[in-house]
Amino acid sequence: MTAASYLIRGASLLGTAAGDLLVRGGIIAAAGENLGPDVVGDATVIDAAGLVALPGLVDLHTHLREPGREDSETVETGTRAAALGGFTAVHAMANSSPVADTAGVVEQVYTLGRESGWVDVRPVGAVTVGLAGKQLAELGAMADSRARVRVFSDDGICVSDPVMMRRALEYVKAFDGVIAQHAQEPRLTEGAQMNEGKVSAVLGLAGWPAVAEESIIARDVLLAQHVGSRLHVCHVSTAGSVEIIRWAKERGINVTAEVTPHHLLLTEELVRSWNPVYKVNPPLRADADVHALRAALADGTIDIVGTDHAPHPSEAKECEWAAAAMGMTGLETALSVVQETMVETGLMSWADVARVTSTAPAAIGQLADQGRPLEVGEPANLVLVDPAARWNVDPAAMATKGRNSPFAGMELPGRVVATFFHGHPTVLDGKLNTPFIHGGN
Amino acid sequence: MRHLLDTESLSRDNAIQILDTAQEMSAVGEREVKKLPALRGRTVVNLFFEDSTRTRISFEAAAKRLSADVINFSAKGSSVSKGESLKDTAQTLEAMSADAVVIRHWASGAPARLATSGWIDAAVINAGDGTHAHPTQALLDAFTMRAHWSQLAGTPSVGGDLAGMRVVIAGDVLHSRVARSNVWLLRTLGAHVTLVAPPTLLPVGVGHWPCEVSYDLDATLDAGVDAIMMLRVQAERMDASFFPSTREYARRWGFDDARLARLDELKLKDTIIMHPGPMNRGLEISSSAADSARSTVLPQVRNGVSVRMAALYLLLSGEMREQATPAPSNAKDNS
Ligand SMILES: [Zn+2]
Repeated sequence: MTAASYLIRGASLLGTAAGDLLVRGGIIAAAGENLGPDVVGDATVIDAAGLVALPGLVDLHTHLREPGREDSETVETGTRAAALGGFTAVHAMANSSPVADTAGVVEQVYTLGRESGWVDVRPVGAVTVGLAGKQLAELGAMADSRARVRVFSDDGICVSDPVMMRRALEYVKAFDGVIAQHAQEPRLTEGAQMNEGKVSAVLGLAGWPAVAEESIIARDVLLAQHVGSRLHVCHVSTAGSVEIIRWAKERGINVTAEVTPHHLLLTEELVRSWNPVYKVNPPLRADADVHALRAALADGTIDIVGTDHAPHPSEAKECEWAAAAMGMTGLETALSVVQETMVETGLMSWADVARVTSTAPAAIGQLADQGRPLEVGEPANLVLVDPAARWNVDPAAMATKGRNSPFAGMELPGRVVATFFHGHPTVLDGKLNTPFIHGGN
Repeated sequence: MRHLLDTESLSRDNAIQILDTAQEMSAVGEREVKKLPALRGRTVVNLFFEDSTRTRISFEAAAKRLSADVINFSAKGSSVSKGESLKDTAQTLEAMSADAVVIRHWASGAPARLATSGWIDAAVINAGDGTHAHPTQALLDAFTMRAHWSQLAGTPSVGGDLAGMRVVIAGDVLHSRVARSNVWLLRTLGAHVTLVAPPTLLPVGVGHWPCEVSYDLDATLDAGVDAIMMLRVQAERMDASFFPSTREYARRWGFDDARLARLDELKLKDTIIMHPGPMNRGLEISSSAADSARSTVLPQVRNGVSVRMAALYLLLSGEMREQATPAPSNAKDNS
């Protein structure tokens, strides 16, 4: 079976000039204006007038839950959701059960991803055995495994012991890895339920103070500087964290930072509804934080958008606030929220969106064939988005198993029309098509 | 208004309606036959996820004096200990055709969750949730203050409010649902509230509350006060370093004998001393203060039944006036 080819006709490349892209053999085989029949051949034509073409999105922060919590999500359902959201690669966080702290588990997740074929699944390795913070996991074995792990994180839990963090930062230099820190000082956040401030005071919910995030980031950038290593800060949520990261970058410290879509759009005021769909870690913050995060993403202080897609079964949210699980789904809404908060506000161009959702996360994760320019010879991992579309978020209609979308009922701009993964359309007409078969199609 | 969940969203009209109705109900308590047929055939469930014999008995007496059928449902255990879920419990009560659910819960917001989840159709009365709210306690406190305040003014208490009354609330504000409910209700009724506590026992964000905040109990008393409400302080807070020792706490923030004497020196002869109970005698309040003529501890207990009768009656009879409840703010922010 010969690989199908596709002509993307008249897409706005990175939101600028309109052009054609010929996708054939897994790569962008030709590009230009009004490609002629001699070049196009029998390619299936996709009319992309009015659509924006971007490199396929890369998520550095996805919870796929498999192995162990298949009631919440599987690699199959999570990667379907990713493809629908315009992603061509996701990094699967290590807090599965068993924890992804050995070569065996990361290879299992990697293989499940290959078999599903919706996106590249790049496992994140745990920093410490069992995420327990006591003993370094076999980082080298995970790096050398078929999964070629480069991002290590105890996400969900902070590597709070300063010596452990120092050692981890030092050790991953041996294979150019990066430690992705979930910055949360544990003693300052015992029992924490929401942002500590005006709203927690009224609601009587235990506070998660901004300083618990900021103090860890401050410590970690100094550690990264001291040992000359690379630090990635997950889900930055406060204005103060932005200031610390800006300061660190000015000093030449090798730090990258991430913000989630929900922290770009939602505030702690939503907690007044007592609906646990708004319970997340780090918590939704105040309006001033939201605006600082947007500004930081626009000026490059924050490098990437990471979804922190965290599906939960409905019973984990159908309960009292304090008993509810933390986390929100995000893969299928991420690009729309970025458009809403960054593009429609005039803070970013589509080229900037491509940088923060694809190029930069691919660079942090060291994915050579992701986040590439839309040019001839490059791998055909790309997404077509209709920026003029608007849609109502309905969690029941999503591909993820999780129904815990905080955007439920909102109208958001932008719709993913097609996703190409290794030149194969995983999504067409806004619907799942077929997966890419490694070595096949 | 279908539920009584907090006092922040309680309008002045509704608050005064409850207090006035409680006044009528208190007359029932003084009769030989302490019973009204008002809620005959209606079912009130006392749903307690947290022990509180005092509050449960008060609600039970209130419902029985209104001739309602009362079911006590003790649902112990948290999600951590894998107790029965709130949703399952609610659906059980719905199947039992409960007309009102009086809920006490260890988790802040559980009553609001019950009222807005669609799991149950009954009226929900918050009997204390976590560190969030305890509206009937605040209403009985306000009822007690209003009786005193109107007596001093020589005006009828019915229809009246607390305009101009200076109220000091002292103690563990951070963990107190009583304080949270009192601050909003007393503000609504026109009182001037000052919170006094060690800084460790005040929530970050208290500066946004409609009250004054002080760390100095003596200076606050010296400035003049009409009612002092002492909050319960758990000695175990000491272990989490909220204060160094119970001795130091009692000395700086307790209502001790010296402060009781100081009220006399200040010629504040009409100042009352309140406590929601149960008291830690010798910690936040001295025995002589608790037992002095100024103390309203026992009238507070008595008034609790009247206020709870009023709340049950108004919610179940549908006579509670509609108020413009502030919709839960949707904080989607696109600016
Ligand atoms: Zn995290």
